[in-house]
Amino acid sequence: MATAQSALHSATAHDDHEHHDNFITKYIFSTDHKMIGKQFLVTGIFWALIGGFLSVLFRLQLGFPEMDMSFLKPILGGWIDDTGALNPEFYLALVTMHGTIMVFFVLTAGLSGTFSNFLIPLQIGARDMASGFMNMLSYWFFFISGVIMFISLFLETGPAAGGWVVYPPLSALEQAIPGSGMGMTLWLIAMTFFIASSLLGGINYITTVINLRTKGMSFSKLPLTIWSFFLTAVIGLLSFPVLFAAALLLVFDRSFGTSFYLSDIYIGGEALSNTGGSAVLYQHLFWFLGHPEVYIVLLPALGITSEVIATNSRKPIFGYKAMIISMLGITILSFVVWAHHMFVSGLNPFLGSIFMFLTLIIAIPSAVKVFNYLTTLWRGNLIFTPAMLFSIGLVSFFISGGLTGIFLGNSAIDIQLHDTYFVVAHFHLVMGSASFFGLMAGVYHWFPKMFGRMMDAKLGYIHFWLTFIGVYLVFFPMHYIGIAGFPRRYYTWTNFEFSSMYTDLNMFISIAAILTFVAQFIFLFNFFYSMYRGRKASLNPWRSNTLEWTTPLHPGHGNWPGEIPSVYRWPYDYSKPGAKEDFIMQTVPLSATPESNLPHEQELVKLEKEIISEEEEVLIANESRES
Amino acid sequence: MYGFLIAIGILLLLSIVWMVYRIQTLVTVVKGSDKKIASGSNKVNAFLFVAFMVVFGALMTWYSIKEFDNYQLPIGSEHGVITDRLFWITMAVTGVVFIITHILLFWFPYKYQYDEKRKAAFFPHNNRLEVIWTVVPAVVLALLVISGWKAWSDITGPAPENAHVVEIMGYQFAWEVRYPGMDNVLGEYDYRLINATNVSGVDFSDKNSFDDFNTPIVVIPKGEPVIFKIRARDVLHSVFAPHMRLKMDAVPGMPTRFWFTATKTTEEMRAELNDPEFEYEIACTEVCGRGHFSMRKVITVVEPAEYKKWLAEQKPYIVNNPSLVADLPTELKELAEISISENK
Repeated sequence: MATAQSALHSATAHDDHEHHDNFITKYIFSTDHKMIGKQFLVTGIFWALIGGFLSVLFRLQLGFPEMDMSFLKPILGGWIDDTGALNPEFYLALVTMHGTIMVFFVLTAGLSGTFSNFLIPLQIGARDMASGFMNMLSYWFFFISGVIMFISLFLETGPAAGGWVVYPPLSALEQAIPGSGMGMTLWLIAMTFFIASSLLGGINYITTVINLRTKGMSFSKLPLTIWSFFLTAVIGLLSFPVLFAAALLLVFDRSFGTSFYLSDIYIGGEALSNTGGSAVLYQHLFWFLGHPEVYIVLLPALGITSEVIATNSRKPIFGYKAMIISMLGITILSFVVWAHHMFVSGLNPFLGSIFMFLTLIIAIPSAVKVFNYLTTLWRGNLIFTPAMLFSIGLVSFFISGGLTGIFLGNSAIDIQLHDTYFVVAHFHLVMGSASFFGLMAGVYHWFPKMFGRMMDAKLGYIHFWLTFIGVYLVFFPMHYIGIAGFPRRYYTWTNFEFSSMYTDLNMFISIAAILTFVAQFIFLFNFFYSMYRGRKASLNPWRSNTLEWTTPLHPGHGNWPGEIPSVYRWPYDYSKPGAKEDFIMQTVPLSATPESNLPHEQELVKLEKEIISEEEEVLIANESRES
Repeated sequence: MYGFLIAIGILLLLSIVWMVYRIQTLVTVVKGSDKKIASGSNKVNAFLFVAFMVVFGALMTWYSIKEFDNYQLPIGSEHGVITDRLFWITMAVTGVVFIITHILLFWFPYKYQYDEKRKAAFFPHNNRLEVIWTVVPAVVLALLVISGWKAWSDITGPAPENAHVVEIMGYQFAWEVRYPGMDNVLGEYDYRLINATNVSGVDFSDKNSFDDFNTPIVVIPKGEPVIFKIRARDVLHSVFAPHMRLKMDAVPGMPTRFWFTATKTTEEMRAELNDPEFEYEIACTEVCGRGHFSMRKVITVVEPAEYKKWLAEQKPYIVNNPSLVADLPTELKELAEISISENK
């Protein structure tokens, strides 16, 4: 009862502070980065539920191909025929929308959108984003994009159904599949809004990180989270416009009779007039975004993990500089590996060799990151908060999924594995699940900062273990199915002798997938319940070093009442020898901790004193102005 | 009625879960473990990581061994032996890394779980370690890439002169197989010539097409190079012959190819696997629409002598359907008719 009352009290006190905000400017058209971050998060969670639900539907089909699905008629209507079978075209629509939603709406907007917005100003010491208005537009463009995509789910001809990569000619010709009619049009419009949203967000993140860092917050003192968000935004800014170009040319081919991607096609009993186009051109353009997109999804998760693992190991992240260099390496290399998705697309084999070399180079920075995480855990003092568990889970997925990438990046081995379940297993582990775990780690870790309350740890543990085991039970068996050659995006495998086995394994995967999906409701309950009724958080519940924990429990506009704190040290001074506590916040000057300073830091003390005296001048000047 | 009962059951279940949750929260508050830096759950979680590792590792090992013959498809081509060897070498290398890193990842949480009396080691960086784990993966990867690159260059290199040509054209939702006939040269084609009787759009004004024929299955000789000339008529498809370790997209407007040499006849494979039903198959692996999952074609591998015999028995398009050449200019038409009478 006491907690409830204090909650009520703090809520009203909070409102008193924010009297200039009405409901609409505070919760809807907010320009405050924290609120926008939460908007992205809640929208992302909504989409994750939709995307997850779609996967349950197609897993039912794959696990139980003979099942009578009539009970789904109330939601799927005509997509279930009279015998209770799922429509094969709708099956393709399901996998397409699952991919699109998860990759773009959940793991790009939900992850980058949430944490870049929420954490960048808080962790670099800024009042808000460089442009609050653009930031608001970024969310609302994303929202519109979501509304359009959502509407496309209910079209009579179904949503886009050509796979999330929407390769033409399938995606360009309505005759080829009904989903390529209105559904595809809406997909393209939605993605256009989404790209605009990503660009608005990205420009803001980059500008903010470069220009609005607080005094003392040099790039070499930035938390790895900020480095990852920054590099992610750079990747997005350079690659999303290419997707836009690809989509635009597709729009022209679909609606205005051009032949960028179409050539020599005979379909529906007639020969089309398009000639001279190249379907492979689209694949190049798409994967020029598509591959960096993997890192857009993954880097923020790795950044969050770095922060969470360091904090909860009570130990500095091992190889801070190496981590940054590997992220830079990944950023640059991510732009020169795209054609490894196209080894058997008819690409010139010589080009294939080049991309094979480049692809396997990108494994090196990834390996360095893994070893650094392991060394950070080594001889740490590990506290298993839910966020920490999810971070360790992420590292596990990153290893498992990353290693299978070495098979797929090798073009000779890829001949057999391309477009089989091996690929499905690979990217769901390394990109899907790893990033999802990064998102979860972030939510559990920064929930106290977002809502001033704690999530229930025990529910978090249950959620973690069910999800962690569930994910492995779903995706690990897919490797076997993939090695056996089962192709992706198959409605059923019984038409072929080579794939007429493993019905038991597929059933097992489906059950595991459904249970894992259900387990997410534990999180949902914990999230929304704790938002209102959770235990009140202390100011720095994880005893962390970064700047966001110096703000009030409910930071208002501008984040810090009074001056923004200055930064004097890197964010990973955990368990420093000589120090009283096992953490020293970034705002603690080196001159205040002579007992724990390392020799080179002792030299910096002098420099620091100058900064402090400057600051005091500012403070005095401010006070005299006020009086 | 059942729906109602189920709903009540779920409600009951949820309320029980709810009660347990509330009691648990209150117990935590009473015990004051929410104030501690690391509660008893820390030990449990640390232990669970090790337990997970042991159980999952055992399951993985057991299943991988038990199912080996099922997921390892028999190999039917020369290059398949090479790519499979690469696959298993990579599996060995990555398997070792997988096991070592996971032992560390799951054992460290147990070993270094929180202890109030202990302080974590302040170990922010070590350049020698970083260099080691940059260089070692780089060298290992370089070796893997170079062997992969050699295999890839051989596989994708130009086909031998004497390779038997087979055209495979994908369309919604089947494959059309065309043979070049005795001259081993396919006639030209044009997608605008496609109609119900000429599904591949063969251009019969090209003399090379006179002896072209189609078949319901792909027949190829054992031990001799075969080149698949691959194209698509409507949308992207992809020719995937899992036993041959062969895959290549079929692209409208851009012909592709893949050459290989089969090593075992279908009969030999049947004997080897003790499966009289065995067939080499072709499936589609590029999503192409409603019937994507049903584009099956059978490849029958036979002895070269048998292949020659089979080839001689096939009837060209124009023999089966003389109307295909009815509209040709007189001179060509005469040639075509000679060809028809020869092949009958």
